[in-house]
Amino acid sequence: MMSRKELDLWVGLFVAIGIAALLFLALKVAGQSSFSASDTYQVEAKFDNIGGLKVRAPVKSSGVVVGRVSGVRFDNQTFEAVVSMTLDGRLQFPRDTSAKILTSGLLGEQYVGLSAGGDSANLKNGDTLKITQSAVVLENLISQFLYSKAAEPSPAAPDSKAPDSKK
Amino acid sequence: MHRITEILEGLGSRVTGWIWRLGFASRFFWLTLRHSGTAFRRFYLTIREIYFAGVLSLVIILVSGLFVGMVLGLQGYDTLVRYGSSEALGVLVALSLTKELGPVVAGLLFASRAGSAITAEIGLMKATEQLAAMEMMAVDPIARVVAPRFWAGIISMPLLAALFSAMGIFGGYLVGVRFIGVDDGSFWSQMQAAVDFKEDILTGIFKSVVFGIAITWIAVFEGYDAPPTAEGVSRATTRTVVTSSLAVLALDFVMTALMFRGI
Amino acid sequence: MQPGGKNGGRSGANSGAPDNMVEVDKVGFGYDRRRLVLRDINIAIPRGQMVAVMGLSGCGKTTLLRLIAGWLRPITGEIRVAGKPISRLGRKGLFALRRRVGMLFQFGALFTDMTVFDNVAFQLREHTDLPERVIADLTLMKLHAVGLRGAADLMPSELSGGMARRVALARSVALDPMLMLYDEPFAGLDPLSLGVIGQLMRRLNDSLGATSIVVTHDVTEALQLVDYVYFMSNGVVMAQGTPEEIRNSSDPMVAQFVKGESDGPVPFHYPAPDYRQDLFQEAMLEKAILEKAA
Repeated sequence: MMSRKELDLWVGLFVAIGIAALLFLALKVAGQSSFSASDTYQVEAKFDNIGGLKVRAPVKSSGVVVGRVSGVRFDNQTFEAVVSMTLDGRLQFPRDTSAKILTSGLLGEQYVGLSAGGDSANLKNGDTLKITQSAVVLENLISQFLYSKAAEPSPAAPDSKAPDSKK
Repeated sequence: MHRITEILEGLGSRVTGWIWRLGFASRFFWLTLRHSGTAFRRFYLTIREIYFAGVLSLVIILVSGLFVGMVLGLQGYDTLVRYGSSEALGVLVALSLTKELGPVVAGLLFASRAGSAITAEIGLMKATEQLAAMEMMAVDPIARVVAPRFWAGIISMPLLAALFSAMGIFGGYLVGVRFIGVDDGSFWSQMQAAVDFKEDILTGIFKSVVFGIAITWIAVFEGYDAPPTAEGVSRATTRTVVTSSLAVLALDFVMTALMFRGI
Repeated sequence: MQPGGKNGGRSGANSGAPDNMVEVDKVGFGYDRRRLVLRDINIAIPRGQMVAVMGLSGCGKTTLLRLIAGWLRPITGEIRVAGKPISRLGRKGLFALRRRVGMLFQFGALFTDMTVFDNVAFQLREHTDLPERVIADLTLMKLHAVGLRGAADLMPSELSGGMARRVALARSVALDPMLMLYDEPFAGLDPLSLGVIGQLMRRLNDSLGATSIVVTHDVTEALQLVDYVYFMSNGVVMAQGTPEEIRNSSDPMVAQFVKGESDGPVPFHYPAPDYRQDLFQEAMLEKAILEKAA
């Protein structure tokens, strides 16, 4: 039977290393990618096609994560996809920043890329980004390619359709 | 024909027996919570049980964590290198451990080491009439014997799971970076980029708390309910290990499914 | 010393009479309502008396003890301890009552994870706010009374059966109870320890002014020790009286029990078919098998 002091010592040690392990996991293992709720602002962007963009996908600018996709919904009036994004409060973007849906790597997961514009005024909480570019959908890419092939000047094809360009 | 009705009757009575027992176990759970005041007011009782449940499980947890991590490192490397993604080893090891292996394996080990000990202890106290003697002396055995062990288990589990994961990541690092030669920098940087505190670490901790509740509940209940004979206690101990292991695995599936954001 | 009459002699209205510590009033009990383990038990135990409840294993004496202790609830009838009907006490009331009742379990039931000292001090620590020094003194006094003050730092696993039983005794009298219940206190003890325990029980009963109920089947010890005896068989009180009366009882069952005879109203043989038939049958079967084989 251990004395009370010994017992307390061991239990204290146990709890201490347990908390140390937790800290290790929290700091050294997890990236600092969660933003505190107070330090963020929301913006929206409308797209014709969001492809495979998921909620919690990163929002990057120049390759650096600056926010997360917080929600995706469908606008039944304009028939567009509306993507809500939570951005890091410490970073400001001009109002004419454009949003593109890009793919990381060739077949990786999709994210939103922001390219800063030149406007002097910045995006505020609740603003909507005006300039957007939808995701590249593979089928459309293929049909594009086929059309462009078909559109190539050939002796018997006068009315070549210009390839669909999505904006 | 008669044989078939016999079998069905037997099955029916078995199932009603289980349900009856589950009801009793739930009432017991509620009783334990209600009588937990003593476990906190006289915290020494709980600390004592944290020693027996948590500290004495340290060795098995740390050693197992190390080995599991090392195996992950080896197997992970073996698989990733085929796709040229060996720098993602850190990601593989960290995510596997913090989200799944840490809580689950630590839970299974805890169930077999600490859970069985708790059941045996309480069952033995019942068999030697110590619990009855306590009641006779106007001390509620649930408050004094059961509740401290219950809370000790809940407190110890997340700590043990975190230690398991941490040891495992270290083991994966040892094998991957030191032995095999994966790049040190990318091991950690890719890991940090891919592991999210809320999504991965916190869910792992949450799982381990749920497991702790389930395992300890089953352990104290089986001990308290054990028939007061040597055979009864030993069977109760076995039941604790089996039932809580199954519970851990089933709960793991349920929680993972709930937390899965595949949409 | 007035022995309680067969009917207790008191109606419900007079049940507050301080004379009787324990009154068992027309009590019936069974785990299953259809099969009663105890039937129409009437017992009245005056204060200060030491009473033995004896009988064969399975006669219901331990069940009776548990009913008096409040573990079980009678199906019919009422049990009153110090005038209070215990079946009407809630959990709190029962606990309050139990602080004034001590129980010695068969084989002691000491807490195995504490020292002897901690075991005896248990009730003092749990139920009083006395400073540790006072508790220490009281504990040592109790241990001294049973002759084990020197064993205070031992663990229960290091004690012999007799010593463990004595420590358990010290533990149960820690709060100077008014009623002491003994469940087979003499079971498995060597002759020396038997004598010691018996003497301690008597001494404690008298010095505390307490009442004691001893459930046992150790005839010799019990008859030497107690003031009154209740003899049970098959769930009813078969006979009662002072030890003298019981020893000289003409009731054949009591006589068989007291003298320890192997055969009498309680038969030696478990019911079985005729001996000759049984043996013969075996031989006949064998013969038939051999004949068939031949």
